Formats: sequence, structure tokens, C-alpha cells
Amino acid sequence: MKRRTLTLKSKRFREERQEVWKEMETMLQRIEARSVRGLTDEELIKLPRLYRSTLSSLSVARATSLDQSVVTYLESLCTRAYYVIYGSQQRLRDRIYNFFARDWPLAVQTAWKDVAASSFIFALGILIGFVLVSNNPDWFYSFMSAEMASGRTPAASEEYLRSTIYGYESEDGGLGAFAAFLFSNNSRVSIFAFALGFAFALPTVALLLYNGLSIGAFIAVFASKGLGFEIGGWLSIHGTTELFAIALAGAGGMLIGRAVAFPGDMTRVESMRSKAEQAAIILGGVVVMMFVAGLLEGFGRQLIDNDWVRYGIGGSMLTFWLLYFFLPRKSLESAKA
Amino acid sequence: MSAAGSLSVDQIKLGRRHLVTPEGVDLQIELADVGSRIGAFAIDLIIMIVVLIAAGFGLSSMSIYNGELAFTIFVLIAFLLRSFYFTLFEMGRRAATPGKMLMKIRVAARGKARLSAASVFARNALREIGFFLPIGFLFGIGQGGVDGWISLLVSIWAGIFLMFPLFNRDRLRVGDLVAGTWVVKSPRPILAADLITTDAPEVEAAFAKFAFTPAQIDMYGIKELHVLEDVLRARDREVMTDVATRIRTKIGWTWEEGESDATFLRAYYAALRGRLESKMLMGVRRKDKFDRR
Repeated sequence: MKRRTLTLKSKRFREERQEVWKEMETMLQRIEARSVRGLTDEELIKLPRLYRSTLSSLSVARATSLDQSVVTYLESLCTRAYYVIYGSQQRLRDRIYNFFARDWPLAVQTAWKDVAASSFIFALGILIGFVLVSNNPDWFYSFMSAEMASGRTPAASEEYLRSTIYGYESEDGGLGAFAAFLFSNNSRVSIFAFALGFAFALPTVALLLYNGLSIGAFIAVFASKGLGFEIGGWLSIHGTTELFAIALAGAGGMLIGRAVAFPGDMTRVESMRSKAEQAAIILGGVVVMMFVAGLLEGFGRQLIDNDWVRYGIGGSMLTFWLLYFFLPRKSLESAKA
Repeated sequence: MSAAGSLSVDQIKLGRRHLVTPEGVDLQIELADVGSRIGAFAIDLIIMIVVLIAAGFGLSSMSIYNGELAFTIFVLIAFLLRSFYFTLFEMGRRAATPGKMLMKIRVAARGKARLSAASVFARNALREIGFFLPIGFLFGIGQGGVDGWISLLVSIWAGIFLMFPLFNRDRLRVGDLVAGTWVVKSPRPILAADLITTDAPEVEAAFAKFAFTPAQIDMYGIKELHVLEDVLRARDREVMTDVATRIRTKIGWTWEEGESDATFLRAYYAALRGRLESKMLMGVRRKDKFDRR
């Protein structure tokens, strides 16, 4: 009986393989702390071999060993190794490059139906807001809170309105602070438009309409005092970027909402999952656009008083975005081939 | 820890999931429990708040010279923290925020796919409407408080998002559901010493005294062996005495003068494991003591 205890197969197995496991463990720790690039060439060649032999140890241990600690150890070691080996090894720099050069414009391009629908709904909101307030200025107060309007109501005089669209606005705080505030606020609204998409995109549509209504109402107030052309310039310098970004965020929400509402052959969850990545890429880009819009709004708009220059900047930004997104591009598959 | 093969219903309930690697080995990962996820989130929130307060202090001293710039930086820091703290950490090599790292859990893609940056972004964008938006509403940011009905509705809304992981099998948050991710345990692998140590001659001599008959060894199965392993590793003297007495009664072993409970248990563990493992080599896995094979 004594002999048998001493020559337990699982014990010998552990003694023989232990070194490999320890080596795998230290290498994993190094990779997790720094990265695969911290390894030498020899170690890189060794890594998959270590991984496979640890995996096979796990299979053997499960079949032959009743030592819980060994099996648990190997399970967690293998799982960690699996995530490292089959995880993403892309460098941050490459990721950022790919995002701007391929992923983002392509995601927007392939979602062109949603972009068109979302832009249409947004524009519709602006139009309705404009018509309603033009016919009956009282509507203005149902779309805009007093705080948002900050005095720019139908009751304001032409001189006052004119003063708000030209020159330095001291009451809003400084230029930079205003820009930063707008940037974070607008990004948040876009994130909502996207995140609420899963409820069949209905909240997204409502959010787009509501934002459109308040912008339309805002324009109507200025137009009624004969400042239509001027407010157009004031809005377009940053607005072409900002409003386009909101429309894109809406498109992301609608993409998801559509996937949930019309899953086709998939289950609703699968269908949503299949579109979520694309929608998230669009949204990531929206945050970048909001940052650009914030800069244009905070600095460009307040420093440039000429209407034509404002329209020029706004127009060229819009052209730039449209070309960037919708110029024909190689799709992912053909790029790989 | 079961037989390599399929997981039992109980194991699935406890959060074990299949994950078959391309090499064909089922890793049987374990989902993070809700408690540790709440803990991780709380830690992350505290970190964010501390950073924000520190930034506030740092910038308030700066605002003496340039108030506007200080305010700008503060707004930007707040925004970046709120929107990108989770995203950036989870995009990293460990796929975990500091809170998650402390709780030894990580984000992973459901199924075999790689965890992409876009899914990390998506799962955290949903945090915005599930947590930050309702919190903002309840504290009435900007509008100076909201009325009762709206706060009730917002609380229900937030409640649905917060409780969501409790009501589905895979413990998914709404963001996980949308992004195709889940949160799994990622413990540091620790290899404890083998309980069968026969390196020292005196241990060998001590073991030699115990000659169990096959009938005595055959009293227990794998389940009992694992319990015995836990008892031996925990090293609680009282529990060991208790367990040793019970085993002695069950197998009909007579206690002799000078026989220590720990040595007895170790010797019996070694004998039982040897017996069960050699059965396993013949393809018989004796589940527990009721399994008569």
C-alpha cells in the first residue's frame, strides 16, 4: 500500500510539468504588465508552444488528477493565456489610424440609409419648429426653456438679437469655457441618441425631432426680425459639423433600433449585437466631430464676424465631411484581399 | 472541475460557461458574480470622484491666474472621466478598470469573438443612460430640482437598468446585452503545494504506519475527496479532529496512542486519491460515496 501512495501518477505528472506552467505564468505576467513587444524573439516563438503544452496539461489533469488545486490552477492559467493569445494585439497607434482611415467612414457609408433617415427627421424637426414659431411666436416657449434661450426670445429687440450673434459674448463666460461646455453637452446628447436606440429607435427619433424643433424655433425668432441670413451664418460655421454629428448619432441609434425591430432570421439579441459594433464606431466618430464643432463654435464663431466667411467655413466643413464619408472606398473584405 | 465534458445544470446555474478554444479544449470559464461587479463599480466611482476633487483643488489654485482656462480644463476632465474612464481601461490588455482588476474580473466577448474596441465603447455608452443620466436627473443638475413624479419615473428607469443583471442567466448588464460582451472571473493562478508530500523520510515513515484495506478506502468518492482536500488545506484543528473521528468510525479504524489527526487524514487522503485516480484511468469516475462502482 505504501508503494502505491508514493508513485501516484497525478503527483508525478505535476512534478514533471510544473516547470512549464511556471514559465507560462511568468511570461503571462510580463505580457500583461507591458506587452507582447516586450518579449524577445526567442520568447515569442516559445509563447504558443508553452500555451499549447499548458492546455494539454489541463486536459490531462482533468482526466487523471483529482487534485483540485492543480485543476483550478491550470484552468485559470489557461483562461488568462487564452485571452492574451487570442486577444487584440493591435497597437493603439494602428488602432487610431485604422479608425480614421477605414473603420469610421466605412461604418457611416454602409449605414447610409439610416444617416439619410435620421437627417431627414432632424431636418423635419427644424422645419416644423420654424413654421410653428413663425406663425405663432408663443410656440417658442414650449420648445425652449428660458435658460437655454437666455433672453433670445420673440420678445427681444432686433438690436439685442443682433448683439448676440456678433462679437464676444461675455455672459457665456470665456470662449474656451463655452466651447468645452458645449462639447461635453453635445457629446452627451449624441450618446443618448445612440444609447436609446435599442428601444426600437423611438426615443432616438423623439430626441432628434425635439432638438430640431428648438433649433427651428430659434431660427424663426431671428428670421422674424429680419436676421435670417445672419443667423444662418452664425449657425452654419459650427452647425454643419455639429448638426451633422447629431444626425450621425441618431443614425447609430436607428441602426440598432432597426436591428431590434426587424431581426430577420436572427433572434432580436443577436441582431442587435450584429449592428452594435458598427453603431458604436459611428458614435465614437461623433464625439470627435463634436470636439471639432466645439472648437469652431467657441473660437471660430466668436472671432469671425463676417457672414460670408462664416458661411464659407460652414460650407467647406460640410463638403469635407460628405466627401470623407461618402467617397467610394474599398470595403473591409476587398481591402483584405 | 468536473469531468472534461459538458457542464451540469447546477454548474451552469452557478455561472460556469463553456469556452472552447480553437485547440479544442473547453476552458469552462466562470461568470463574475454580481457582488464583485457592484464592488468594482463602486471602486471605480470612488476613483473618479477622487480624481475630480483633486482636479478641482489643483485647478482652483490655478484659477487665481486664469479662471476661464481652469474652468475649461475642469469641464474637459469631467467629461473625459465620465465618458472614457471605463472605455479606455477596458480597451487595455487586461480588459478591466482598476475596480475590476481589484475584484479580479474582466470584460470578455461572449462566444469566441475577440473583444473589440467598438464593443467596449458600446457597452459603456449604455452606462450613460443607465446610470449617469438618471443620477443627473435625480440630483436635478441644472434645473434646480425636479418634481416628484419625474423623480419616481426616473428611479424606476434607473432601477430597471441596475437590476437587469439579476434577471438574466448570463448576468448581463443592458450594455453587455447590446455590445455582445459579458464579465468573467479572471483569478490570479495560484498553485498550492501538493498535499501528498513524501520527500522527507520521517513523513514516509509516518505514512507507512497506515495500511488501509481496499474496503476501507472504497468508502468514499470524489466529492468526499475534494471536501477532505479543502479541510486539509484550511488547517483548522477542530474541524480536522471532527472529520478524522467521523472517518475513523465510518471505515472502522481504531485509534492508537500517539496517532495525530492530521497525519491520519493526510494518509487517508493519499490512499483515497490513489485509489480513485487509478479507477479513473480505467474510465470510472466515482462521483461520491453513494456511487457504487
